[in-house]
Amino acid sequence: MTMMSDRQQLSYIAGQAADARLNVELETEGMTLNIGPQHPATHGTLRIICRLDGEQVVWAEPGCGYMHRGYEKLTEVRTFPQVTTLVNRIDWLGSFANEVPFILAAEKLMDIEAPPRAQMIRTILFELSRIANVSLFLGDLGVQMGAITPVFLAFRDREYVLNLIEGATGGRFHPNFDRIGGLKDDLPKGWIDETRQVMVKLREFCDIIEDLLFGNEIFQSRMRGIGIIPADIAKDYGLSGANLRASGVDYDLRRDQDLPMAWDKADFKVWTHPDGDSFARCWVRLQETRESCRIVEQLLDQIPAGPIMTKVPRIIKVPEGEAWVSTENPLGEMGYYVVSKGDLGPFRVKIRSASFNNISIVPWVLKGVYVPDVITILASLYFILGDIDR
Amino acid sequence: MAPLSDSDTTQEEPAALPGDGLREGIVDDLRRRIGDAVIDTHIAPNDDLWVRVSTDAWRQTAEALKAAGFTFFSFLSGLDWLPSPYGKGEEDPTAEPEEPDTEIRPGVTGGDTRFQVFARLVDIDRHVGITVKADVPDDAPAVDSWTTVFAGANWHERECHEMFGIGFNGHPDLRNMYLPGDFEGFPLRKDFPLLSRMIKPWPGIVDVEPMPAQDEPEEDASS
Repeated sequence: MTMMSDRQQLSYIAGQAADARLNVELETEGMTLNIGPQHPATHGTLRIICRLDGEQVVWAEPGCGYMHRGYEKLTEVRTFPQVTTLVNRIDWLGSFANEVPFILAAEKLMDIEAPPRAQMIRTILFELSRIANVSLFLGDLGVQMGAITPVFLAFRDREYVLNLIEGATGGRFHPNFDRIGGLKDDLPKGWIDETRQVMVKLREFCDIIEDLLFGNEIFQSRMRGIGIIPADIAKDYGLSGANLRASGVDYDLRRDQDLPMAWDKADFKVWTHPDGDSFARCWVRLQETRESCRIVEQLLDQIPAGPIMTKVPRIIKVPEGEAWVSTENPLGEMGYYVVSKGDLGPFRVKIRSASFNNISIVPWVLKGVYVPDVITILASLYFILGDIDR
Repeated sequence: MAPLSDSDTTQEEPAALPGDGLREGIVDDLRRRIGDAVIDTHIAPNDDLWVRVSTDAWRQTAEALKAAGFTFFSFLSGLDWLPSPYGKGEEDPTAEPEEPDTEIRPGVTGGDTRFQVFARLVDIDRHVGITVKADVPDDAPAVDSWTTVFAGANWHERECHEMFGIGFNGHPDLRNMYLPGDFEGFPLRKDFPLLSRMIKPWPGIVDVEPMPAQDEPEEDASS
């Protein structure tokens, strides 16, 4: 340090004093900003209460419950086959994927397994619902930053997938197609060829989105280095799916557990990203959509002949016991803890939905970010309201 | 910044799937860490693992399991083992009501109380999960909070508190998540009536024809 002259020192002290005075004059009370429940950037009725200091969020808390439908209570007055109608509506963009873990849990308690053909078709429909779900996410991502084009592309291309799901199941959003012991129907004629063509279109869609969004300078500057979640924090909060893998944790329930599904017959890569920021979460989802297309294409070649339904009694009574089954749903780990007392319906069903855990990190991750980043972080965490509130 | 395509963050070879030997090892390890607090264990062959611990050791169990590698918090919730006094709402409304069943029969790994808390933790490296249960005392339904061990337990405990009325000692903020603040009762308790079913019986029972399988229920199962 060089010695300052008296004159310099005096001006330095005066400057400091002026700064201090300025700060006192400009000091404001914290402001509370309420985002939602009805807000274009919240994907539904999620309310975020932020306390701001200038442009920075110092405290944030999501307010849930605007869409709580009490599914855990309702399952207790339904029979097992009726529950699929309820769970369809948890994550409404990937409905078929919600049915599968519940049916698998019931089958586990009954000690039966679907025939190989049913397992294969289940897996294909599961991946199709992932593509339908995540493609809308990829389109919606642009809207959060003012880019309108991607969402039109997404709605157009998702329609091809929804048409496929409708063709096979009869329902576009709520197929209710999975049955204990197999599936309701076999695939219609010509469906396999059509699916192949749609997969080509969806790959093109992924390429377009990558060009339009992921290479875009504005997108990168809004996403990179924003909302970083380290791996240990992600695991503490139980983040799952792409949010966990974007933090560098290599965990995918399709690969890492032994389920009576057909994922082991396909060769696919589990993408991870070391950064853990908003960009990584979106990027992992983009790669996952491509992998899903690959899985579907591989499985279409391998569909075995045979029945689609195993022999089950017409009135299904599930033996007494407890079972936990979770699968890698579009949003993350979706699981059902089913307790049966040997009745027609479950005694208790605990629904572990992915978005509930994924959103519980919001108070942590929003601390210290700027207000515009709130929107992009929430978009990249990707939640569906029905999946939070159940 | 990472390059747009990464090739080395993913293990090409997935680790071996867990076996029952691994699960027995986990139980032995847990016994070493928390001793007699492990009350009962249950291993479903090639499938899953349950451990019931004493109420006092609930938080200690979380710490021990986290240290043992179970770092992924999946969920935490409650169980009410009282059979529902209202039935399923599907009974014939004109028939004589049956004597309600009030015997409490706990599930896997047993239990002595009406309420239990249970949680699931996963070891991501070994690809194995564990379900931990603990009894909740009947007179003062409360257990220790897990929030200091797993931050994600915060919301799950709030949900469990408002749905079952189970308290969590040491939880920072047990406000309601879903229900209005002045809501009375605990909806997921079995003695909380599902009012829509009380007012109007399930419409499905009205127009159901007698199913042919009811006459010979075993035919489909055995053939």
